[in-house]
Amino acid sequence: MPTISISKKELLKTLGKRLSDDQLKDRIGMLGTALEGIENDDIHVEIFPNRPDLLSQQGFSRALASFIGAKPGLQEYKVKKSGKKVIVDKSVEECRPHTRCAIVTKLKINDEKLKEIIQIQEKLHVTFGRNRKRAAIGIYPMEHIAFPITFKGLKPADVKFQPLEAKKAMTAQEILEAHPKGKDYASLVAGLSRYACFLDAKGNIMSFTPIINSELTGKITEKTTEVFIECSGFDERILEECLAMIVTAFADMGGEISSVELEYPTKKVTSPVLEPRKMKADVKYINTLLGLDLNEKTVKTLFEKMGYGYEKGVVSIPAYRTDILHQADFAEDIAIAYGFEHIPEILPNVATIAREAPFEIFAAKVRERLVGHGLLEVKNYHLISKELQTKRMNLELDVITLKSSVSEGYDSLRAWLTPSLVDTLGRNKRHEYPQTIFEIGKVFTKSREKTETGVNEMFRIAAAVSGEEADYTRIRQLLDSLFASFGVTPTYKETEHASFIPGRVARVSVAGVDVAYCGELDPKVLDANKLGMPTAVFELNLTVLYDVLRKKA
Amino acid sequence: MASDEARKIAMGLHPLERKVLPHLKDSGLLSDLAIESKLQDVEATRALQWLEGKACVKLESVEEDVLAVTEKGKQAFLNGLPEEHALWALQRQKEVLVDDLKNILPAYDKDATGAVIGALKRLHVPFGTTKDGKPKFTWVDGLVLDEPLAKRALAAAGKTEWKLRLAKLDERTKLGVQDLLKRQGYAALLKRRDKKYVLTPLGKDVTKTKEATTAYEERLTPQMLSDGSWRKKKFRPYNVAINVPKKTGGKAHFVNDAIADIKRVWLDMGFEEMEGDHVQTAFWDLDALFVPQDHPAREMQDTFYLANPEKGVLPKEVLPAVKAAHEHGGTTGSLGWRAPFNDEESAKLLLRTHTTVLSAHTLDAIRQGKAKMPGKYFSVSTIYRNEALDWKHLFELHQVEGIVVDESANFQHLKGYLRAFFGKMGFSDVRIRPAHFPYTEPSAEVDVWDDARNCWVELGGAGIFRPEVTKTLIGKEIPVLAWGIGMERTIMRHYQLDDIRVLYNNDLEQLKNMKTWMR
Repeated sequence: MPTISISKKELLKTLGKRLSDDQLKDRIGMLGTALEGIENDDIHVEIFPNRPDLLSQQGFSRALASFIGAKPGLQEYKVKKSGKKVIVDKSVEECRPHTRCAIVTKLKINDEKLKEIIQIQEKLHVTFGRNRKRAAIGIYPMEHIAFPITFKGLKPADVKFQPLEAKKAMTAQEILEAHPKGKDYASLVAGLSRYACFLDAKGNIMSFTPIINSELTGKITEKTTEVFIECSGFDERILEECLAMIVTAFADMGGEISSVELEYPTKKVTSPVLEPRKMKADVKYINTLLGLDLNEKTVKTLFEKMGYGYEKGVVSIPAYRTDILHQADFAEDIAIAYGFEHIPEILPNVATIAREAPFEIFAAKVRERLVGHGLLEVKNYHLISKELQTKRMNLELDVITLKSSVSEGYDSLRAWLTPSLVDTLGRNKRHEYPQTIFEIGKVFTKSREKTETGVNEMFRIAAAVSGEEADYTRIRQLLDSLFASFGVTPTYKETEHASFIPGRVARVSVAGVDVAYCGELDPKVLDANKLGMPTAVFELNLTVLYDVLRKKA
Repeated sequence: MASDEARKIAMGLHPLERKVLPHLKDSGLLSDLAIESKLQDVEATRALQWLEGKACVKLESVEEDVLAVTEKGKQAFLNGLPEEHALWALQRQKEVLVDDLKNILPAYDKDATGAVIGALKRLHVPFGTTKDGKPKFTWVDGLVLDEPLAKRALAAAGKTEWKLRLAKLDERTKLGVQDLLKRQGYAALLKRRDKKYVLTPLGKDVTKTKEATTAYEERLTPQMLSDGSWRKKKFRPYNVAINVPKKTGGKAHFVNDAIADIKRVWLDMGFEEMEGDHVQTAFWDLDALFVPQDHPAREMQDTFYLANPEKGVLPKEVLPAVKAAHEHGGTTGSLGWRAPFNDEESAKLLLRTHTTVLSAHTLDAIRQGKAKMPGKYFSVSTIYRNEALDWKHLFELHQVEGIVVDESANFQHLKGYLRAFFGKMGFSDVRIRPAHFPYTEPSAEVDVWDDARNCWVELGGAGIFRPEVTKTLIGKEIPVLAWGIGMERTIMRHYQLDDIRVLYNNDLEQLKNMKTWMR
């Protein structure tokens, strides 16, 4: 989850109140954010992904000021008309079809503000912008730009300009291969036949979005007083929301927002739109969900504490609030405003009958039987290396593999348990012998029938005896005893299994159904796993055995 | 008259102690005592240590000189010293050239020529030269072959496993020892650790008691029981406070113990256990829970997707409703995500990222009349996260989760259930703070009071399922209360473990010694 840094001094100035660190921590926590820590003037706050509007000093301060009652209610933002135009060329349709733009003037930028601007842009890029894929933001000082601006899809060969942090002009290809930002975001433009660029009236490339801006139009500095802001992406609503979050933060810094006319080939759009969205509040719904009985006056106060406007059952939702989809979202904000801590607790009296999964009860009994024989239960991961369960077991097996695993050596789902036991024994060679262990767990195989997932999941148990005396008799005694305790008589038949010594492995069936293997592991397997002791193993399908037992009963 | 204390000690003497007792002097050496009482050194040591524990003797460590005879020394004793070989040859041949000595000497010491010449000269064996000027020894009758002193020392050592204690030797043997030490590689001088005991007054009392010589039985035997002889026997009292060798038995894995215990909490509260597959389609794991299709958690670096097989089958009946909820809210009254829903994305197979997928299936089952409502359901089961294994991350974890499906449920009930649940889990206080989960609204973080550390600790999450989830799956908007905790963190706190990997290390010694899980 993203964390932002807030200047405590600036925050308290916005709040217009002195709050102790403990009070801050409490209020920040109860607002639905989490205070990570306070270092000198820096407050580190964790922001949940449903509230990207809080990802700036301004957005966060605004919400907290409202929440503690210092500045409640809907904040209105005025938008002047700049009359300036951005032409959206048809050619962007095939690469990055949409943009929303705005101009902010009368800014007074100092070092602190500069950091805040960078933070807004970065945090929105990563979260709401999905690493610039969904929304990319460009902010330009106005002094080097000539309007109208054109948003255009250029052929890669036609893109050549001096990107930020570069000493000379570079082609698109050079940027994507050599520029740090180009390398980071190259995947977002891979395979495109046109690259989306903003060009000013003189034909200068201002930026190659979502990659990098031009050095020529420059960066925001402490001298900047007017900026042009654009968001580009694929979904107009998302871009509007993104832009609203940025421009309101700029306005809270003291800037004045001006609109821009977007000329699409087939329509005209004025941007930004900061009109609050209207939605009816269903007070009854909210009360029912929270178990409260709030009257309309209280509801109005609570909505205002959360920065909404409320008149006669209609809520005005600020343009930067992107997370309100349903009355349930209102209910949560009302609960936050009311205070989670003030909501009473009730333990209802609903009669339900407890039920443990029957198979789990059976598995617990099986576990108890083997523990009674002095075996230690081990618990391995369901993910295992493909090599361990095939090659190291002297076996060829079609196992279920994963697309990508960050943990090396865990690239497949286990199709059987014995490899897990072999691996465990291999890691315990320094300990006393004999070692007798077992594991109960799921195994995964490809389903022959057409099922929802195409994967068969079965519970099995495997047990191993390892030590000088380990042999077929010892492991079979355990298996026999387990069967006997459930009143079933197994049949042991000679079989072949590449992991076991030929002639020392049995296929075991119960009531005509194959349920287990039992035998001595082949020295090839022991050797491949660096096991220095004879080892005998049984592996039993508990899911199948359970079905057999239930049919019998 | 022996004291009660001495008698009590005497009654409880171990058979080994009884064996050394008659041989105890006012003071002496452990090694002597072992020989006298015909015990192994270790047995005598144990007996003395036990007696020391009962204040009957005082022990101190001493060192003594010991001659350790080497393999070469042993050969010399068995086959004769080199000078003996020379004399035997001389007796046979009457004359031995010095040059031939090396052929005469025994195999174990061919380099002894110089030493042998010295020895023969000291015996005054006539020494001269042949006509061609070669040095030789000549036999004279009447040369007496006394037992060489070195051999005397070797013989003595042979009786004590080739380690000869030098403290109590007669003069001649001492000379023999010196002779041996002069020879190359026959023996070496060692310091041997021994123990000196001094009998205490109490110890002396013990030796004088009747009980010290009374026959006590070590074991009750079936024979004694069948022939009734037990009636006349006295059984040695044990020191029951003494430690016995460690024994460990079979055991369930401690994580499974904890699972069973946490399951009991749910069962006590009337919850029904949910079961289900680890492999799920993204549809059930994410889409049915209204996680937007472009949510970052769905990316490959966070979620395990299957390569083979890769896609599953989407449920025809409920797919349209879920799709509608995503695209425009459908009948849920929600705006939805207002983005196109991709069936292909939904059909991807993955390893379940939370057990909430089981709750989704349960809600679906309620719609189909296969599960009860009102109903309470829980699971304690495996989930997967595509993480690199390190001290604080696992790629497989257990999630503890419960839901309450009840038409009359509300947020206050959720708070009530949380207090009841965490109270049963052993926490004295619980509080909630606002939070965010994609499928609950309101959502809350659950803190519990940590009595040991005197602070709040974040332990779980809670909330009421979004209408986009419930209306879609159940077919009717029912408030579904949900809460859960991460089990591994709970276990780590319980056992005060720092490294999460320890939970699934399967170190057999650790498993044997792990404390039993107690709430």
